[in-house]
Amino acid sequence: MTALNTGGRLTAPATPKLARRRAPRRRAGLAGYAFVAGYVILLLAFGVFPTLYAVYLAVTNDRGQFTGLGQFIKVIQDYRFGPAFSDILIYLVLWLVILVVLTVVVAVILRSRMRPGLSSVFRFLFYIPGALAGVASVLVWMFMLDPGVSPVSGLLNALGLSTFSEVIAPQSLPVIFVLIAFWTGAGGWIVVMYGALNNIPDEIIEAARMDGAGPWKSAWFIQIPMISKWIAYMTILAFAAGTQLFIEPQLLQSASLGRLNPTWSPNQLAYVLAFQFGDFNGAAAVSIFLLAIGLVGAGILVTRSGLFKADNE
Amino acid sequence: MTSTSTRHPSAQRRGRASRVASILVVVLILALLLIFFVLPIVWLLLAPTKTAGELLDLSPLSFGALSNVGAAWSHLVSFENGILFVWLKNSAIYSGGSLILTLATSIPAGYALALTRFRGRKVLLTITLLVMIMPSASLVLPLFLELNLFGLIGTVWSIILPFSFFPFGVYLVYIYFATSLPSEMLEAARIDGASEWQLFTRIALPLAKPVIALVAFFSFVGNWNNFFLPYLVLPSSDQFPIQVGLNQLLSSTPSFNPLAGKGLNIQSPELALSIIIAILPVLVVFLFSQRALVSGMLAGSTKG
Repeated sequence: MTALNTGGRLTAPATPKLARRRAPRRRAGLAGYAFVAGYVILLLAFGVFPTLYAVYLAVTNDRGQFTGLGQFIKVIQDYRFGPAFSDILIYLVLWLVILVVLTVVVAVILRSRMRPGLSSVFRFLFYIPGALAGVASVLVWMFMLDPGVSPVSGLLNALGLSTFSEVIAPQSLPVIFVLIAFWTGAGGWIVVMYGALNNIPDEIIEAARMDGAGPWKSAWFIQIPMISKWIAYMTILAFAAGTQLFIEPQLLQSASLGRLNPTWSPNQLAYVLAFQFGDFNGAAAVSIFLLAIGLVGAGILVTRSGLFKADNE
Repeated sequence: MTSTSTRHPSAQRRGRASRVASILVVVLILALLLIFFVLPIVWLLLAPTKTAGELLDLSPLSFGALSNVGAAWSHLVSFENGILFVWLKNSAIYSGGSLILTLATSIPAGYALALTRFRGRKVLLTITLLVMIMPSASLVLPLFLELNLFGLIGTVWSIILPFSFFPFGVYLVYIYFATSLPSEMLEAARIDGASEWQLFTRIALPLAKPVIALVAFFSFVGNWNNFFLPYLVLPSSDQFPIQVGLNQLLSSTPSFNPLAGKGLNIQSPELALSIIIAILPVLVVFLFSQRALVSGMLAGSTKG
């Protein structure tokens, strides 16, 4: 804060009239550095440095000797590597499709199909589970999925599931994790999407209505394209969050009394490598794979979605 | 609207039928989602009013008795001499401290990225996006080693400092200012002789309230609920935030861990009550920031 203050004072000279026209650019440049300084320090310390450290760990062994791609080859050949990544892929496809379709549809409905007061009640109710993200949500869903205590035990029974261990069968896990992730995450994204929709001037929607567009048409041709930046943004973040799935499979695994695979997700594999086998280098190599997948996905979305449009102006 | 519909009665009828259908679709979607989102919460709120046995026997959405809540509460409070309160205090320190640092760094940074031009801006923006989308859990292990290197393990800073780094917040602020605050507005104020600091505090900040609320609650909720980092970095139970504490309660619950926890009086109702206590602060934060969120981005400045 103080750094920013001095930055402001430094860059506020009594400019003579003639110099004024050219001064702002350079002045803004200096101020820009002052404004980002605090964040850059945190970025270097807790973003860049640990990343480089992970790369360093992934290309060395436990004695610090350079091993090239050795760690990567070692973890790929690990029998748990392939299954962990295919598990997470199935989960991600299911999760992203459901998240994008439902949050956008719901945000459009809440924005244009009802009174603001009612819509804020809905947004609040949808958001509440977000407060339970993490350990709490997994615990709640353990209760929900236990036919003994669940309020939807009738539904579970109708699906032929009468015990907790039947519910958490391996083939059901992606669906269960999507349920938990949607339950805790979708409400927050609906709030964001709603905010983005709110940012669209009423005149534009009004003009579309004058031209005969119904609510669905104006949603599809006007509202959704105008918030595409935010949709891409949500997709990137949900993708990244999805690849790092950890608490959910970990807690379910321990509640299954060891019947579920302890390395269901790649992050669990990294965790097991690091904390059960003391193989920090192999764990870092798995992390680098996750990181690379996240970067490729983000790269595609960034170049295709016009997320950086503001940059080119 | 009325003039066209009087001219085409058949079109009007078709229009009405499709309007009814679309209202039905809307109601159906909202009703199903409402049940999905709210039912587990209702169950959770009712669970502590029942004993562990009643949870199995009574109807899932029935109300037991308030005395059971009192019993569950006293079991929770007596667990390890009231360590529950220590966990809550720790969570408050960790997420409150990092919230202040996050706002102090991310709001000016997002503003500068959107509305000032400086060398390295594009690089910073790109790195921010990359670090933001990077799975943060993949950084937990290297973070642990880094903190170890600097002797911060087991200190308050080993949690607060990594938590304060919030590129998501910076990017939210950047996108908000880039799409909602016209740079001409700033240019005009610059010509009128306002300093850069004044531009930020007098023009940008007053408009930024919705996005500040957005960043604050994502930061607070995320940090309050964070589990992985504190789990690795904090060695002793009296330093745990509530989330790691919940995990300890879970492993003391006989119904989830038959091998441990006999005689600790921690069962399903106690666990449910501790979940409710753990999420209360986040709910309060949401209630207070909701108005800022609902007022929606720039609506106040363009219409007011």
